[in-house]
Amino acid sequence: MSAPRVGVVALQGGVREHIELLASLGASPVPLRRPEELVGPDGLRVDAVVLPGGESSTIDRLLKLFGLGEPLRDAVAAAQPTHGTSAGLNQLAAAIEDPAPGQESFGVLDVTVRRNAFGRQVDSAETCVETVWGPAQVAFIRAPEVVSYGPSVTPVARLHDRLVAVTQGAITGIAFHPELTGETLFHRRLLESIRVSA
Amino acid sequence: MTDLTTTDLTTTAATHPTAVTETGTPLVKRGLADMLKGGVIMDVVTAEQARIAEDAGAIAVMALERVPADIRAQGGVARMSDPDLIDEITAAVSIPVMAKARIGHFVEAQVLQQLGVDYIDESEVLSPADYANHIDKHAFTVPFVCGATNLGEALRRITEGAAMIRSKGEAGTGDVSEATRHIRTIKREIARLVATLATDPAELYVAAKELQAPYQLVREVAERGSLPVVLFVAGGIATPADAAMMMQLGADGVFVGSGIFKSGDPAKRAAAIVKATALFSDPQVITDASRGLGEAMVGISVADVPAPHRLADRGW
Repeated sequence: MSAPRVGVVALQGGVREHIELLASLGASPVPLRRPEELVGPDGLRVDAVVLPGGESSTIDRLLKLFGLGEPLRDAVAAAQPTHGTSAGLNQLAAAIEDPAPGQESFGVLDVTVRRNAFGRQVDSAETCVETVWGPAQVAFIRAPEVVSYGPSVTPVARLHDRLVAVTQGAITGIAFHPELTGETLFHRRLLESIRVSA
Repeated sequence: MTDLTTTDLTTTAATHPTAVTETGTPLVKRGLADMLKGGVIMDVVTAEQARIAEDAGAIAVMALERVPADIRAQGGVARMSDPDLIDEITAAVSIPVMAKARIGHFVEAQVLQQLGVDYIDESEVLSPADYANHIDKHAFTVPFVCGATNLGEALRRITEGAAMIRSKGEAGTGDVSEATRHIRTIKREIARLVATLATDPAELYVAAKELQAPYQLVREVAERGSLPVVLFVAGGIATPADAAMMMQLGADGVFVGSGIFKSGDPAKRAAAIVKATALFSDPQVITDASRGLGEAMVGISVADVPAPHRLADRGW
């Protein structure tokens, strides 16, 4: 089997780290800026998608501006294996509790998120989170949290009483950054889910 | 829907003996800069301007009392902004807020950290407070961005704890030529280190001496082929094409100071610069972004700025 093609939304934010991590795990990362990089005449051009962290209000704006938002939302809604980190989690959510003016989300992951839920940058931290898939060494950078979730969502990790990672079908959304610490747990699972569905 | 109770990150970790939660680590400080990549940081002097910047797609705002063009025109000593102004701007937007401290003024930096700004810019745009020492940035939880005109200066700032570098350019001019010179210089000096490592690694010791930077850091740059922190460009960027040019020269993102709110239609120009920065290698996007922006900031050619008034020469 050839290396799985993983589309990484590359409009703004921590794109390079996801690309390097995916490449180190044997995948073939594809930066996504334009709709035609995601969808060709024969359908989707990637086996999975990653929505990296960054400034969620800016990324939402750029997704609309360059016409990538709608086809990306459709691909995720059609059960494409999907991973969203931090701002990516916000983008996938059903609702954002405190959106920036005009900010919208895809509504494909049945959660409500709160942006910058842990405070300002001085409160950003490195820590080890216990997930249902094992421990993960990660960084929280002005991180969001999941404040409520629907019945189809499975909690994956809490930083004690705060929900910071969830999964629903083929979608995983996490509030923190494994790509900054080099933690491979989530990306390995994403690549495994491609092999299972292939 | 299931409701969850909340507490803050450090408190929850403190009550749980197995979780070690560390704030203010180099990774956490550099991590926020990583999340800013591909974006535009805009100077704002009021809460209203901050909202315009956020609506236009800025990834962060720089809160200050006067934009560099006005500091240049009005003269006098330029200092940290009034905390009330920074509070107002912080309350107005949800994106990160940066603020400037004078070079070497570690107490202004303490105040800015106390205010909860997300990044401190130890900036040559303000009047220096110390003509020998920069701030010991390791002593702070909040991350710092510092200006540099060349690789040696960038590496000295990183050694002092800077978590992000911006090339200086010549702020408040609307003339991009110095920004070009500084990013090109830094990139060229990095390429030279990479070549030295490939041909004769022993010469890296001399390179470190010439750069006036620690050998280990010089070696790291030679191995990575880049700085170990994010590199933005600042100083004189006034148009979408200016921003895209800096990105094509290898910048991770751009600061726009006077260029937006000293122009005819700030909201439109701000959005256009954001667009051109994101898709910097697409001439069609840059062309479209350049249309109908109204008047650009009038500007002043760097050649007409007498040497003693050049801000880029501040810092050592």
